[in-house]
Amino acid sequence: MVSIKINGNLYNVPADYTILKAAEENGIDIPTLCYEEGLTITGACRMCVVEVKGARKLLAACATPVTDGMEVQTESERVVSARRDILRLLIANHDLRCLTCERNGDCRLQDYCYRYQVEDTPYKGAKKEYPIDTDNHFFIRDYSKCIKCGKCVLICAEVNGAHVYDFMERGFDTKVTSAFDDNLQETTCTACGMCVNVCPVGALVEKSVLWQGRPWEVKKVTTTCGYCGVGCQLKLKVKDDRIIGVAAAKSGSNLGHLCAKGQFGWEYVQSNDRLTDPLIKRNGVFEKVSWDEALTYVANRLKAIWQEHGGQAFAGLTSAKCTNEENYLFQKFMRTILKTNNVDHCARL
Amino acid sequence: MKGILVCGGTGCISNNSRLVHDAIEKELSQQGLEAEFELKYTGCHGFCEMGPLVLITPEEEFYCRVKPEDVPNLIDSLKQGKVYEELLYVDPTTKEKIKTRHDVPFYQKQQRLVLKNCGIIDPENIDDYINSGGYKSLHKVLTTMQPEEVIQEIKASGLRGRGGGGFPTGIKWEFARKSTADKKYIICNADEGDPGAFMDRSISEGDPHAVLEGMLIGGYAIGAWEGYIYIRAEYPLAVKRLSIAIEQAEAKGYLGQNILGSDFSFSIKIKQGAGAFVCGEETALMESIQGNRGMPRPRPPYPAVKGLWDRPTNINNVETFANVPVIIGMGSEQYSQIGTEKSKGTKIFALTGKLNNTGLAEVPMGITLREIVFDIGGGISGGKKFKAVQIGGPSGGCLTEEHLDLPIDYDSLLEAGAMMGSGGLVVMDESTCMVELARFFLSFTRHESCGKCTPCREGNTRLLEILQRIVDGKGEKEDLERLQSLGENIIMSSICGLGQTAPNPILSTLKFFRHEYELHVEKKICPAGVCKGMISYKIIEEKCKACGICKKNCPVEAIAGEKKQPHKIDPAKCAQCGVCMEKCPFEAIIRG
Ligand SMILES: Cc1cc2nc3c(=O)[nH]c(=O)nc-3n(C[C@H](O)[C@H](O)[C@H](O)COP(=O)(O)O)c2cc1C
Ligand code: SF4
Ligand code: SF4
Ligand code: SF4
Ligand code: FES
Repeated sequence: MVSIKINGNLYNVPADYTILKAAEENGIDIPTLCYEEGLTITGACRMCVVEVKGARKLLAACATPVTDGMEVQTESERVVSARRDILRLLIANHDLRCLTCERNGDCRLQDYCYRYQVEDTPYKGAKKEYPIDTDNHFFIRDYSKCIKCGKCVLICAEVNGAHVYDFMERGFDTKVTSAFDDNLQETTCTACGMCVNVCPVGALVEKSVLWQGRPWEVKKVTTTCGYCGVGCQLKLKVKDDRIIGVAAAKSGSNLGHLCAKGQFGWEYVQSNDRLTDPLIKRNGVFEKVSWDEALTYVANRLKAIWQEHGGQAFAGLTSAKCTNEENYLFQKFMRTILKTNNVDHCARL
Repeated sequence: MKGILVCGGTGCISNNSRLVHDAIEKELSQQGLEAEFELKYTGCHGFCEMGPLVLITPEEEFYCRVKPEDVPNLIDSLKQGKVYEELLYVDPTTKEKIKTRHDVPFYQKQQRLVLKNCGIIDPENIDDYINSGGYKSLHKVLTTMQPEEVIQEIKASGLRGRGGGGFPTGIKWEFARKSTADKKYIICNADEGDPGAFMDRSISEGDPHAVLEGMLIGGYAIGAWEGYIYIRAEYPLAVKRLSIAIEQAEAKGYLGQNILGSDFSFSIKIKQGAGAFVCGEETALMESIQGNRGMPRPRPPYPAVKGLWDRPTNINNVETFANVPVIIGMGSEQYSQIGTEKSKGTKIFALTGKLNNTGLAEVPMGITLREIVFDIGGGISGGKKFKAVQIGGPSGGCLTEEHLDLPIDYDSLLEAGAMMGSGGLVVMDESTCMVELARFFLSFTRHESCGKCTPCREGNTRLLEILQRIVDGKGEKEDLERLQSLGENIIMSSICGLGQTAPNPILSTLKFFRHEYELHVEKKICPAGVCKGMISYKIIEEKCKACGICKKNCPVEAIAGEKKQPHKIDPAKCAQCGVCMEKCPFEAIIRG
């Protein structure tokens, strides 16, 4: 443990903490744009700069380790002046059509401009403008809104392993995009959508939410992904009782990461063809029945077949959508009750 | 035996010194003089503008601008033991011919420690290096000194990094020594991105083994057995000579396993950079070696803890490494006699701009700006007045007349709002517009920003836009304040040295030449007459009847002209009062 002073108050924090973490844990909010827990710390946006006694320059709170006796100011005049200039610079090179932006009201850039009373920018000049890329199935890439925080680059490379994005060109011309600026269909993109989830602004947006509702009209319903046994937590974006998209939620099993199915494969939930009741086929026609009736029917048939033909007449196939525990119980049932080893799993096919 | 040393530095080569060398070779063989003269193709003398240079040893006769056609006469004179007057250096002020190199004013105040072999030995021949005392320091270190003693010696010498920051080298080595890991690295930074600077290139081309020797000693001191030289691909000759040097050193057992019979082993690889300025920044450089995009990492962790491939790494500049064998050779005590209290040894400066003599000059720390500009540089060219120097490259600052007697070292420069940087020194005369100068430097740094961090990526573009607007005559009242406050915030909040220094030329010109900015913005006047789009008065030659009325009325004597000759306004002197235009009876004067 080391003891540090933040804004005049003394705190004891673990020695391997950064200033940002120390502040966060003690309820002091330092603004960040490029920092994302679990990803490499790049210190790129400089939004989190703080004043440290004895340092000649302002230091990035996200990237600077605490040291014993350190004295930090998180909202001093110099700090606020630097943050205000950073915001003015960012909005000077940003498509500021906030009125119709899908992230209006849910955007860090807006939040911090509000917090630091940055209403406008004196730095008017060249602006990077790009056509909106709509080529992939699931999300748009509107790089006129990109603030080059680099989080999409990192999450794609470090969590997914797909390495789809990087920085192209240099300096003011820098563009965060796929290799050769290719359409994502032609890259190694697996459509996990993690990049969309980490983007702090409206540069990466799911197509399904476009024009469907303002962020404050959308309810976020936390649930468990139904696709596989991992049990990722996700937040359904629900507007007027219809799902319009998915946001990642953090849980022990998925740390906020999702795969393509959980992120974009939720349409079946609202499909008219979806099975919602058990059915029994009688005289060639499916009939809706109660669960009791369906289960009794199955049990009776299993017993009858077993008595007539023995266990070897059965083969059981289970699903990756089940949990480990369910799969365990299933094979136990096959082996000890039906007495057969004819049991397999869809993931082995 | 006399030596005929033809300069084979990049400057002289581009002036056809190769042809001069070949002509001499042919002449010697035709006349059967090979046994009397030893012909060598050397590294750079630093006085490239006088090239191709030929030096005769041991007398140090110094011949300038030698052409292949001169060779027969030159050899004839040498054969007769005479000096070939035609090609001697002529002092531009006294018009006197100067015979030897050390009497040429450009060299008189120099102290060539690091450059002692440059222009003297054949850089492609390891024996020449060894014969002039090369690898003696390595031998001494490996046979008589413990690594800690080497570090102690470097610390005691007071050597500070020549790559720009001036960090004490011995302390840096000590950090790297103390880090433990399965592997450590030594990197030599030969990226040399500052426009106009070419000391690292000259050393690498003219004395490559000195760099290797310095790296070897550094490797021994910190406990590394692998080294990299990161050098820009635009330096093909330096790459070639370093590669030859590595091969020859390997063949002679100065590189490889169990060097000189000790249990120290070391190898060196060359990595060519693609010429991005930011790749000279140490952490971006390491990313580049690792095959990544050259973008700086946050520090800490510092390279001494976590550098190349996350291993402890010590990185030094070419000139820093070239100082190491010198220090071990003469001993720290003698070395630390040279220089000032806190900056020891010499520094190589690249002199450019409005000077009579331009080139590379190695001088003791603590020399004054006046000595550099007026003695070594030979004063301002064209008889104009000194205005300022920009020191420390594109991210340095400017010094003015009041600083001429300032003893130059790392700390005095910082105090004066400039910096040593890599030693670039651009001299400006009265015809230089300081706003335009700042704009020029900023256009470089803006272009070279890697784009990683917001203040540098976005901010330098805005600074440049403001400056462009001012030199275009469209400056706004608030612009000076914007330059100041945005500049300070970029310095305060950028990740790496590029952003942290890019606004320096603006802030220092704003400090020392604020009135020039004000004239541009408020009156749309460029006092140096450089910026287009500013108000200026001109005489239309065809309309001028040479009556002399304007000349008589000008309050600042800015108008010159002989009888019957069209008159001229000197924009540098013109105060833009407009009297001349009013008085001219022939409407020959216009305001543009
Ligand atoms: C933008 C930038 C460019 C740099 N370029 C060079 C360079 O070309 N050569 C160099 O030796 N150091 C350069 N440096 C300094 C290096 O980061 C590093 O401090 C130096 O190589 C350390 O060597 P020294 O201790 O011997 O000076 C640069 C720094 C910055 C911020
Ligand atoms: S969707 Fe996933 S794989 Fe595709 S670019 Fe985004 S992070 Fe990478
Ligand atoms: S697209 Fe979004 S996440 Fe990616 S760099 Fe731009 S702002 Fe950051
Ligand atoms: S200061 Fe400039 S060069 Fe350095 S990391 Fe930031 S953007 Fe890149
Ligand atoms: S959050 Fe720290 S630099 Fe971006």
